[in-house]
Amino acid sequence: MKILVCISHVPDTTSKINFTNGDAEFDTNGVQYVINPNDEFGLTRGLWFQEQQGATVTVVNVGGADTEPTLRKALAIGANEAIRVNANPADGFFVAKQLAEVIKNGGYDVVIAGKESLDYNGGMVPGMIAGILGYNFVNSCIGITIDGSNVTAVREIDGGKETVNTSLPIIIGTQKGIVEEKDLRIPNMRGIMTARTKALTILEPVDVAVNSKVVKFEKPAPKSAVKLVSADNLDELINLLHNEAKVI
Amino acid sequence: MSILIYAESAEGKFKKVALELASYAKKVAESLGTTVTAVTVNAANVSELSKYGVDKVLKVSNDKLAGFNAKAYADVIKQAAQKEAAKVILLSSTTDSIYMAPLVAVALEAGYASNVVGLPVSTSPFQVKRTAFSNKAFNITEINTDVKILALAKNTYGIFENASSLTEEDFNPTIDDADFGVKVASVEKSSGKVSIADADIVVSGGRGLKGPENWGMLEELASVLGAATACSKPVSDLGWRPHAEHVGQTGKPVATNLYIAIGISGAIQHIAGINSSKVKVVINSDPEAPFFKVADYGVVGDAFEIVPQLTAKLKAFKEQHS
Repeated sequence: MKILVCISHVPDTTSKINFTNGDAEFDTNGVQYVINPNDEFGLTRGLWFQEQQGATVTVVNVGGADTEPTLRKALAIGANEAIRVNANPADGFFVAKQLAEVIKNGGYDVVIAGKESLDYNGGMVPGMIAGILGYNFVNSCIGITIDGSNVTAVREIDGGKETVNTSLPIIIGTQKGIVEEKDLRIPNMRGIMTARTKALTILEPVDVAVNSKVVKFEKPAPKSAVKLVSADNLDELINLLHNEAKVI
Repeated sequence: MSILIYAESAEGKFKKVALELASYAKKVAESLGTTVTAVTVNAANVSELSKYGVDKVLKVSNDKLAGFNAKAYADVIKQAAQKEAAKVILLSSTTDSIYMAPLVAVALEAGYASNVVGLPVSTSPFQVKRTAFSNKAFNITEINTDVKILALAKNTYGIFENASSLTEEDFNPTIDDADFGVKVASVEKSSGKVSIADADIVVSGGRGLKGPENWGMLEELASVLGAATACSKPVSDLGWRPHAEHVGQTGKPVATNLYIAIGISGAIQHIAGINSSKVKVVINSDPEAPFFKVADYGVVGDAFEIVPQLTAKLKAFKEQHS
């Protein structure tokens, strides 16, 4: 079984978000980058298949050379090899097209991608890959077992979950729940050393028209100060919620 | 050339997000000088949509579409868009619609923007404002394709009545058996509980509640308010509550009318996930908790004393106002 895990290189969740160049660009100054958490949950499940069912796990990213440390981290926690498509990830469709090309040429059975990245929050790459390749697709995936070519997956729905039956090849959009937080791996020294010698292949992108672009960023408007209500005067809180905020 | 919306229904009845989407579509249609067509799937009575400005409904009734199937539903939207020569397709941000949206985008070679807030910034070039960096910022995205797809972020526009005369038309798109490569085997809904996605009010607990055994008081407060319950990341990591209740950057996003945070300090990741909520209330014993910086209303004090009192007072308030 060949598994491909698509990795976004995103600012760490604690990062302060700022913009530069007239709010046209993200300010990378002082920002630490990590594997997009939704991808990392999926990668961790992929590594379970590697250990339990003899799968090989390849990680792939569309980005510049600056994203390689993030791919190396994925190798350090156990991925077999890495691919970097050497291009600026212009928009979701562009990225999906690049990844679809990698998948077609690599003959992967299972493609794992976080249901959304924490920077652009497009939530479109896994679905677009599925649309381009016609693979079976389960989004918001919080469980998957594979037996031969039969797949049972669990999808989170609004207010519950649903179990689906499908088959390989498949693409899943992952999130927390596919593994738990405690299952996530921290690279150890041996992993980091081994990662240095694992293959990281650089591919050139295919030509794709870019459908959309970000022209500007904005920060949320500053908030007015909190209104404090005394713990002895909860009637006042109810009054404010009813008459001022009009939410109850 | 009309605007096409997919008006989501559950058990035949339109979801609130569908009515919000119709209200939004009407306004976008006015700015483009066009009309709104809605496609519905197995909705019982579509006349409700006329209240919110929908001009025409394409009614799809098909037993094969009884349960949601992303590929098949995407195929329906695609055929409806082609029939109407729609250039702008609007979707809600439910789990189902955002599952399906990228499939529709590929099928129609359309540019797609999700998490859209507010009316388009400009229609030529076509630019929309959307949330990014997990609600820590916005970006203005320009879509350059002929057909454009937008998913409207939940509870950001509002529901507005705007009566129209509605034309209903039965629509029978081709349903391809090959679309059903993913088959639903079973569905598990948390019964009797308000889901975070549907809730107008969310009551959320953090580590300040000290243990899962103390969630009863939070549930009572939620029940009086008709609210969903949620929790912070540490609480779900500790296994006190199921991870489906975890709200925050790596959990569920919350965009509700009222968010009440109890014993949650307000880590940046948590705030990112709930910041789209309109009104935020914090109850915390630590006046320095970062949540007070983003909240609208705050109470400093012991949650174990405040929450039961608040519940009792709200109960009396509700009885008085019902």
